Amino acid sequence: MPDSDVLNASVSELHRMLSTRAISSEELVSTYLGQIEAGNDALNAVITLCRDQALIDARKADQILSRGEGNPLTGIPLLHKDIFCTQGVRTTCGSHMLETFEPAYDATVVTKLKTAGTVTLGKCNMDEFAMGSSNETSFFGAVKNPWDLDCVPGGSSGGSAAALAAGFAPLVTGTDTGGSIRQPASLCGITGLKPTYGRVSRLGIIAFASSLDQAGPMARSAEDCAHMLTAMSGIDAGDSTSADRAVPDFAAALNGEIAGLRIGIPREYFNEALNPEVRARIMTALSQLEKAGARLIDIDLPHTHYAIATYYVIAPAEASANLARYDGVRFGHRCDAPIDLEDLYLRSRSEGFGEEVQRRILVGTYALSSGFYDAYFNKAQQVRRIIAEDFHRAFETVDVIAGPSAPNVAFQCGTKQQDPVAMYMEDIYTLAVNLAGLPGLSTPAGLIDGMPVGLQLIGKAFDEATILNTAHRLQQDTDWHTIRPNFGAFQS
Amino acid sequence: MSVTPEDIEKVALLARLSISESELPEVTERFSKVLDLVDELNTINTDGVIPMSNPHDMTQRLRADTVTSHNTREALMASAPAQDNGYFLVPKVID
Repeated sequence: MPDSDVLNASVSELHRMLSTRAISSEELVSTYLGQIEAGNDALNAVITLCRDQALIDARKADQILSRGEGNPLTGIPLLHKDIFCTQGVRTTCGSHMLETFEPAYDATVVTKLKTAGTVTLGKCNMDEFAMGSSNETSFFGAVKNPWDLDCVPGGSSGGSAAALAAGFAPLVTGTDTGGSIRQPASLCGITGLKPTYGRVSRLGIIAFASSLDQAGPMARSAEDCAHMLTAMSGIDAGDSTSADRAVPDFAAALNGEIAGLRIGIPREYFNEALNPEVRARIMTALSQLEKAGARLIDIDLPHTHYAIATYYVIAPAEASANLARYDGVRFGHRCDAPIDLEDLYLRSRSEGFGEEVQRRILVGTYALSSGFYDAYFNKAQQVRRIIAEDFHRAFETVDVIAGPSAPNVAFQCGTKQQDPVAMYMEDIYTLAVNLAGLPGLSTPAGLIDGMPVGLQLIGKAFDEATILNTAHRLQQDTDWHTIRPNFGAFQS
Repeated sequence: MSVTPEDIEKVALLARLSISESELPEVTERFSKVLDLVDELNTINTDGVIPMSNPHDMTQRLRADTVTSHNTREALMASAPAQDNGYFLVPKVID
């Protein structure tokens, strides 16, 4: 079977091939490992490869499949963002601080996907501690976008998105604190879903901002994301913020029926920050949904503008608390020959953390410090509620909210690194969704000069099914999600 | 609101980060840019709004006080950069 067939196959097609033994998991895994080995020098998307273990796990999956057993994900290869703890496999979070860290346990997401039968190929590069929108803050070097190697893949799950787009794996995991799944999915032309806060356990995900962090699937289609989300979701005794909600079979629920679906179009998402060509692609995608029977309704999310300021207080504040654990004592980088305890802390942290991480720790520490707590942190948490209430009001009259995932297509490497605020603006359409704890996904909506655009669909809390079904319908009616970059095995 | 290099030095110490003299002006400038951005929060009236710390206003769940996981001390200690006999090693803290 030609590689390109396998590399373009959906999860359900791969499952059919595997269960009829048209292909073995070992062959499938070998094909994908080959793609990584051939293409990763150009992309730097994968920072740890688990070749030997992957082949062992694939053979185990083949035994299960040859008995006629298994489930939709048995024997399917996958890459994890390097923020998920993997027992005995180094987990760096893109940081010098954790360059050699080998966790003693698996993240719940890793365990669940393993239990579902997936085979882990390796770990993906990412912005350091998931702080970034371009994947340029990684200690392990920037990731390149397979659509244009001079451009960024987005971030922080940029390695995951680039790897998926380049055909390194059919499924990848990501995490999203302010847009870190949706923005790179948009910039790399793939489908990525940030679930409702609490849908997926955070146990074993290296913490950034605990009230915002959420893990989700990234794949070539909404249907593939649905399979993966079903496997990842569910309450976990190890995460007290995981939600006690029934997990539907998200893939089985996809019927593509969206007649009468009310889609809210927030005026504030079509502001002056939006590239006019991106706007045109988004409008085309929306009219496709209208043709499929959805109703487009203009809505207002009047406090959208405040999301950036709110986020850049709350996220750094939570990060400064979470990252206090890196002290050079229990795990992570430790400086050489500390003269006293303070020297140990100061040098271990300053050597271990990169510039953007240190900046956010400083901002967060400032916002939480005596005399500023009320003016910054408390105030931001109040505005957070006002932003969340905008969404609750809108969802009284609509079922889904739609707009762009990012204001632009992928930008050139190095162009926004010197100006943190310009970089923060990349996430202008995604941050509020995390503040409100809602599910959001990005689905491809065509190209501008060969670079992908993403349509964002935002759902009600715990209603991932509706946004997945909406994206699924769009993917049935258009071929945007099937366009591949001129890279590796997809090269024409 | 602008901050001074002295403010940054104070915050850096609270955060246990060391910033060299040569980096200080640039760190201060970029920090100020972020602060200018977040100062926008002062333009919105939040009187009487309850701060939101969890998007679903969830509260902590209670569970029965039973053993759910076993001792993995050795596995966890294996990550420590300096240890001796099951203890984490730090520079001398008591004279």
